[in-house]
Amino acid sequence: MDKDPKETKQLTTGEEGNEKSLVERVKEGTSALKERAIDEAKDYKDPQETQLWKSIFRVSHDRSDPRNRSLAILSNVFLHLHPAKINRDAVRYPFTWGMGGITFYLFIVLTFTGVLLMFYYHPTKVDAFRDILYLEHDVPFGKLLRNMHRWAAHLMVITTWLHMFRVVLTGSYKRPREFNWCVGVVLLVLTLLLSFTGYLLPDDQLGFWAVTVGTNMARATPMLGHEGPFGAQLGLTAYNDVRFGLLGGSIVDSNALLRSYIWHCIGIPLVASIFMAVHFWRIRKDGGISGPAPIMLESEMKALKKKQ
Amino acid sequence: MRRRIVWATVAGALTTFFLMFVRFFLPRSILEPSSVFKIGPPADYAIGVDTKWQQQYRIWVTRTSDRLFVIYARCTHLGCTPDWKASENKFKCPCHGSGYDSEGINFEGPAPRPMDRAKIELDAEGQIVVNTATLFEWPKGEKSHFDDPGAFITV
Repeated sequence: MDKDPKETKQLTTGEEGNEKSLVERVKEGTSALKERAIDEAKDYKDPQETQLWKSIFRVSHDRSDPRNRSLAILSNVFLHLHPAKINRDAVRYPFTWGMGGITFYLFIVLTFTGVLLMFYYHPTKVDAFRDILYLEHDVPFGKLLRNMHRWAAHLMVITTWLHMFRVVLTGSYKRPREFNWCVGVVLLVLTLLLSFTGYLLPDDQLGFWAVTVGTNMARATPMLGHEGPFGAQLGLTAYNDVRFGLLGGSIVDSNALLRSYIWHCIGIPLVASIFMAVHFWRIRKDGGISGPAPIMLESEMKALKKKQ
Repeated sequence: MRRRIVWATVAGALTTFFLMFVRFFLPRSILEPSSVFKIGPPADYAIGVDTKWQQQYRIWVTRTSDRLFVIYARCTHLGCTPDWKASENKFKCPCHGSGYDSEGINFEGPAPRPMDRAKIELDAEGQIVVNTATLFEWPKGEKSHFDDPGAFITV
């Protein structure tokens, strides 16, 4: 054990070693190995102390210190969506209904299922409806995906309205949150547009006539539609007004299907994501979720009674 | 001054890009069916409503005792295609229930005016030429254009 490393080397390679028995040589070898293992173990670091770990997480997650716990949340991109500390009363479900969060969650679900549906859907007049039938009847889990997308879409429209209703009821649209209310109104419009553009994509009778009706309303848009106020005076016809720009033609046909598809899958989600980022960021900057008057928990009341 | 020029250039470029973006969505030419077509001589049509061109051209041909005209098969409410109900002698829109008589005059539902009529004329061979790009309207509370030249042919 206390042999010089030089000597050990000699034992294995030199001529002297040959004089020792095989058992002794193996013994010496294992003890040398053990020594090396101990040496290396001395260099071993706690994984949380390695440079790799520290480069990713930056702060040590010491749970005993509340400020340190906050720091751990603040320095994590996924966790910092929520503030490190929030008003207990402001996050009670009877107050918030959790509708904003549910709406965002549904947006995530819709993005995920929507991208998967895109793997089987062709936005052409020949293929579109056929692909829907294919998804419904043949693609593994296709029916599940389509129904998840459909129901999440219906739900998202409902939860957006309920979120808005809650914000009205709690007066959360007032100063200093006026700007965020406006951002929210834009997000509502984008949600409805997502719903509308998705309606045409199955290319069935329901969607076709719904979009026919919807875009016919666009004919009457003031200044932009050829049948609307000032439309004729501005020289608008069925071939250069806003409806023509939306459909890519004067009738609901293949161009309309393709445009609908691109707005639905790329254009509107992209714009909506930017507005969502601003919306969430502004909640924090405007002082967090607007809270009700502070309430006292039952446990606190009991503690008070005990004192008296 | 220099800073202003830079910003004006940037703003101008962005405005130009935006206008280009808007113009991009309005194609110059579109591949849609022609709005001008022939539908045979007037003798092909008996008194009443003929629906044989509905699928192909979105029109109905109506002949009365002295006139023949072409109704453009688009509900004046929100643009669906009504159905001809021969047994009830009326057009009925499946979307919101507007009803029209055999001459396309609205009498029930949300439709604000009678259905539009397409321009028709006889060519040298005696065939009826229809043009659905030119429509004759009878807006609510206004003068009817159904008696204008081109809105009908006398038979």
